[in-house]
Amino acid sequence: MTGSELDVSGLPSYGFGHRSLMWWGTFGLIAIEGTLFALAIGAYLYLRSQSDTWPISAAPPLLLWGSINTLILVVSMWPNHMTKRAAEACDRVRARRWLLACLLFSLVFLVVRGLEFATLQTRWDSNAYGSIVWMLLGLHTVHLLTDTYDTAVLVVLLHTGPMEAQRFVDVSENALYWYFVVISWLPIYAVIYGVPRLQ
Amino acid sequence: MHALHDVFAPYGPQAGEVRALWLLTLVVCLIVFAAVLAALAIALWRAPRSGSDARSAPDLSGLRRPEPGTRRSVVAAVVASTLLLLVLIVASVFTDRALARLSTEGALRLEVTAHQWWWEVRYVEPQVADNFITANEIHVPTGRPVIVTLKADDVIHSFWVPSLAGKKDLIPGRTSTFHFRADHDGVYRGQCAEFCGFQHALMAFFVVADPPERYADWAAAQRHSASDALDEQQLRGRSVFLRSSCAMCHAIDGTSAQAVRGPNLTHVASRGTLAAGALANTPEDLKRWIADPQKIKPGTNMPASALSSEDMDALVGFLQALR
Amino acid sequence: MNAPDHAPRSRLKDGPGGGSREAAALDDTWRDPPGLLGWLAAVNHKSIARRFIVTTFAFFVAGGILALIMRLQLARPNAHIVGPDLYNQLFTMHGSTMMFLFAVPVMQAVAVYLVPLMLGTRSVAFPRLNAFAYWIFLFGGLMLYAAFAFNAGPDAGWFSYVPLAGPDYSPGKRVDFWAQMITFTELSALLEAIVIITTVFKLRAPGMTLNRIPLFVWAMMVTAFMVLFAMPSVMLASTMLIMDRLVGTHFYNPAEGGDVVLWQHLFWFFGHPEVYLIFLPGLGFLSAIIPTFAKRPIYGYTALVLALIATAFLAFGLWVHHMFAANLPELGKSFFTAASMLIAIPSAVQIFCWIATLGSGRLDFRTPLLFVLGFFFILVLGGMTGIMLASVPLDLQVHDTYFVVAHLHYVLIGGAVFPLFGAFYYWFPKFTGRLMSERLGRWNFWLFFIGFNAAFFPMHLLGFQGMPRRVYTYQAGLGWDGMNLIATIGAFVIALSVLLFIVNALRSLRRGVEAGDNPWGAGTLEWATASPPPPCNFYAIPVVHGREPLWVQPRVKSDGPEEGGQPAFTHVSGLAADARELLATTVLDARPDLRLNFPDPTIWPLVSAIAVTVLFIGSIFTPWAVVWGSIPIAIALTAWFWPRRPETLLHLSLERRP
Repeated sequence: MTGSELDVSGLPSYGFGHRSLMWWGTFGLIAIEGTLFALAIGAYLYLRSQSDTWPISAAPPLLLWGSINTLILVVSMWPNHMTKRAAEACDRVRARRWLLACLLFSLVFLVVRGLEFATLQTRWDSNAYGSIVWMLLGLHTVHLLTDTYDTAVLVVLLHTGPMEAQRFVDVSENALYWYFVVISWLPIYAVIYGVPRLQ
Repeated sequence: MHALHDVFAPYGPQAGEVRALWLLTLVVCLIVFAAVLAALAIALWRAPRSGSDARSAPDLSGLRRPEPGTRRSVVAAVVASTLLLLVLIVASVFTDRALARLSTEGALRLEVTAHQWWWEVRYVEPQVADNFITANEIHVPTGRPVIVTLKADDVIHSFWVPSLAGKKDLIPGRTSTFHFRADHDGVYRGQCAEFCGFQHALMAFFVVADPPERYADWAAAQRHSASDALDEQQLRGRSVFLRSSCAMCHAIDGTSAQAVRGPNLTHVASRGTLAAGALANTPEDLKRWIADPQKIKPGTNMPASALSSEDMDALVGFLQALR
Repeated sequence: MNAPDHAPRSRLKDGPGGGSREAAALDDTWRDPPGLLGWLAAVNHKSIARRFIVTTFAFFVAGGILALIMRLQLARPNAHIVGPDLYNQLFTMHGSTMMFLFAVPVMQAVAVYLVPLMLGTRSVAFPRLNAFAYWIFLFGGLMLYAAFAFNAGPDAGWFSYVPLAGPDYSPGKRVDFWAQMITFTELSALLEAIVIITTVFKLRAPGMTLNRIPLFVWAMMVTAFMVLFAMPSVMLASTMLIMDRLVGTHFYNPAEGGDVVLWQHLFWFFGHPEVYLIFLPGLGFLSAIIPTFAKRPIYGYTALVLALIATAFLAFGLWVHHMFAANLPELGKSFFTAASMLIAIPSAVQIFCWIATLGSGRLDFRTPLLFVLGFFFILVLGGMTGIMLASVPLDLQVHDTYFVVAHLHYVLIGGAVFPLFGAFYYWFPKFTGRLMSERLGRWNFWLFFIGFNAAFFPMHLLGFQGMPRRVYTYQAGLGWDGMNLIATIGAFVIALSVLLFIVNALRSLRRGVEAGDNPWGAGTLEWATASPPPPCNFYAIPVVHGREPLWVQPRVKSDGPEEGGQPAFTHVSGLAADARELLATTVLDARPDLRLNFPDPTIWPLVSAIAVTVLFIGSIFTPWAVVWGSIPIAIALTAWFWPRRPETLLHLSLERRP
C-alpha cells in the first residue's frame, strides 16, 4: 500500500474524562439508571394520584436516618473529589488513601441505609404505597452496594497492583459514578420523605 | 343466531361517524400511497440501468453542485404530505367532538360487568325495584341512547359491538362509561376485544335492538321470575338444579338459588345463544354444555356434571321453560 | 513506570508500508484463540457478531414455526389442531420471540459486525462486554424455550397485561419466565447500546467527522440512544410484576392501592419506542443499500440524519395510542393522535430522499435492491394503516382486532425484515467472501412479497368484520373463513421463501461466486478490506476524506485543511502490530487522540453470564437467589476486571503520558 502515513505512535496511551472509553460507559450507565429512577419516581407520583390517601395506611417514613444519610452522602463527595484529583495526577499513594476514605463512608451509609429501611413505617407487601417506597429505596440501595464493591476492589488493586496508568482512569470514572449515586439520591430523598408530608 | 358485525355497516350514530371518517382517511391514504408508488415507479423507469458492472464509477456530481430540482420535488412532497396529515388530524378531532356531543337524554342505563368469560348485564331503572339482571344478551329500544357503566370482575376485557360503536375496556379497579344508540331493528354481535385468558375467543354477546314497544314487553317479562306453572318433569328439573352444584354459581329468581358467580339464568330460555355465544340455545346444545363444558370451552370455570340421564333431561326441560 | 527488561515488549508497528511480517503479526494478535475454549473466550467483534446473527436468525425461524402452527389452527373455523392453552402459549411465544429475541437483537448484531468496519477501526469499544451481552441474550432465549418445552411457556401475551398476568390469574411460573426473559434480553440490549454509542463516538478513523459517518451508523447510534431511555421502562415494569407475583407487592393490585393501568403506561412507554428500535436500523440498511445500487451518493444526508433524530424523539411521545380504549382523559388522547400522525413526516422525508436518489442514479436491479423496493410498497401501506390507527375514533373500532395484526406486520416486516433480507444479500459477500445466488434471491424475494401480502392483507378486512386478536378459534358463519384460509396459505408461502433463503445461504457459503473486496462497487469503508475481513479488519487504518471514502480518493492537492498542497494522509501508521492497540479519535472531528490498549480474549464474560443466569433463573423461584446469586457474579466480574501481570507489562511498554 502506498500513500501518505499519519504516524500515531507518539500519541499518549491514556486520557481522562470523555477522552477515555470508560467515561462513555459510565455515561451510558448513568443514562440508563437515571431513566430508571425517573420512571420509578413517576410511578410513585402516579400511584399517589390514583389514591385518595397518601401514604396508604401508614405514617410517613421517619426523617432521622434518611436525613442523616443524605448528609453523609453529600459529605462523601469530598473524599470522592479528592480521589478523582489524585487519580488524575496518577498519584497512587494519595489515590489509595482517599479511596479508602470513600470506602469507609460507603460502609457507614450502608449501615444507616439499613436503619432507613427499618423506619420506613411500611412494608413492601402492605399495599402499593409500601411497595413503591421499598422499590425506590431498594433501587438506590443496589447502586450503593455496587459502588461500595467497586470501590473496595479498586482499594485492593491500588495496594496490590499490577498497576498501569489506565487503572487511574478507572478510579477517576468510579468517582464519576459515585457522583451520580449521590446526586440521584436527592430527588429520591425528596420523594420518599417529602412527598408524603405534602398536603 | 344471525347477527351483524361489520364496522362498515353502521346501525347507530357512533359507528356512523367512524365510517364517515374512515372513508375520508381511506381516500387520502390511497391517494398518498398511489402517489408514492407512482413517484417510485417513475424514478425507476426514468433512471438508466447501470448493469452489474461493479467497476463503473459512481456519479459524484451531487457532491459538487447542489441539486435544486431534486430539492424542490422533495420539499414539495414533504409539504403536501404534512398538509394532508393536518387535514386528517383535524378530521379526527372533529369526529371525536361529534361523538362526544351525541345526546344522552332519556338514556337507558345498563351496568355491564365482564367476567372470565361471560357478560353480566344489569338494567338500572329509576325505581330500584325495577332493576333486573341478565347475561350475554342486551336488549335495547331503537332510537334511544344507552349509557353503559363498565366494570370488570377479574381481568381486563373489552366491550365491542362493531356495527354500533367503538370499543371500551373494562378494567378491574376502575369504572368507566360509554354510550351508544341503535337506530335500526336488528341483532348486533359483540365480542370481547381484550385478551382475557383461555376463553377470550368465545366470549361473545348480542345487542338486540327492538322497537320501543317490543323492548318494553321484553323488559317487563325480565322483571318477573319465569312462569311458575311448571309440570312435574320441570319441577323435578328444578330440584335437580337446586341440589346439584348448579345453585352454587347460578341464580334463578323465584328460587333459593341466588349465587352470582355465574350468569343469571332466570330467563335463560329467552336468549338466542348459550355460553356467551358459543352455542345455539337448543335442548341438545344445552345438554352437551351442562354435561361437559370443558369440551366446548376448554378452561372455562364451569365444571362438568355427573347427572343421570333422567336428571339431565329433567334439568334441561326445566331450564328450557325459563322464558 | 518502566517495564523491566524481561517483560513483554511491543516492537512491530502497523502502517501502509508494512510487509508480510506486520500483517502476520496483526493476524496473530487479533484472531481468536484456537479450540473450543478459544471459541468460548473469543472477544473479536466479528466472531461475536456472527454467532449473534445466527442465533437471532434461529429464533426468527422458531418464531415463524410457531406462527405456522397458529395459522394452521385458524385456517378453518372451530379447528382442533391446538386448544386454547397451547394456542395462548404459541402467540405469546411468537410475539416475545420476534420482538425480544429477533427483531432488536439482530439489528444490534449486524451493527456489531459492521460498525467497526464502517468506522475504520479494529474492534468495538468494549469487546468483553459485547461478548457478555451475547451470552446473556443466548441464555435468556434458551431459558424461555426450555420453559416452553416443559409446558411452562408464558401465555399472557407478549405484552403481558395485568391482572391476567398477575399472581391471581396466572398461577405457576409461566409469566415469571417471561418476565425474566425480559430482564435477560433488555440487559443484553442495553449493554450493546453502550458498546455501539462508545464505538461510534470514540473509535472512528481520522477524518471521519460526524457528518461523514455512514447513515447506517447514524441509524444504529440513534437507535442505541433510544434503547438507553426506553428499555429501563420495561425492566422496571417486569421487575414490579415479578415482585407482585413472588414477594407479595401490590404495584398492580387495585385492591391495595395499586393500578392496573400503571402496567400499560410503563410497558408502552417502552413498547412504542421498541418498534422504532426495530424500524430505524431498517432505515439505516436502506440508506446503505440505495446509494450503492443507484451508483450515487445518497441525496439529502443531513435531512436523513435529522429525520432519524426527530423520529427518535417523537417515538417517546406516542405510547398512549396503545391505550385509547382504556379509560383515560379524552383531551390527552388528542395530543397522542397528533403526535402519532406527525411522526410520519420524518419518515416521509426519508422516503422522498430515497426516491430522489433512485431517480437520479444509474440502477443495478440486483436482489438487495429488490428487497428495498419491497420495503416501499409494504412499509408505506403499513404507514397508511398506522395513520388510520392514530385517530382515536378509528382506533376504537379496530384496536385489538386483526386490523392491527395486519398493520404491525406491514410496518415491521416491510420496515425492518425486508431491509434486513436486503442487507443479508448485500453484506453476505463481505461476511463470507462469496456472493449469494441472484436467481434464488429473486425467487426468495418474490415468494416473500407475494406470500406476505396474501398472509396479511386479508387481515385488514377481518378486523373490519369484527375478528379480535388472540383468539384460538372462531365460529363458522361469521364470514371469516375464506380470509383466514388465504392468510394461512400466504404464511406457508412466506415459510417457503425463508427456506429458499436458507438454502441460498448454505449453498453460496460453499459454492458461491467469489466476491472480492468490493463486489458491488460501494463507497463505505467496510468494502475497503478483504472479504471476509482479516481478524484485524484493516492492516492499516484508513484516513477518511468524505462520506463515501472509497468513492472520494484524496488527490495530491487535497481539500484536507491539514495539508495545503502536500499529499493528504491516506492511512494511519504506528499502532502496535503485536499488541491489541487501537486509535481513539476526538468526538466531533475525529482527530487522532489516544492509542488505547484493548483486552485479550478471556473466558470471564462467559463465566459472568453463567453466574448472572443462575441469579436470574434462581430468582424466579426464590427471592433469596438475589442474595446468594450475587456472590458468584461478584467473583466473576472481579476476575474479569482484574488486570493480569503479563498484559500490564505489555501495556507499560506501550505507555506514554498525555
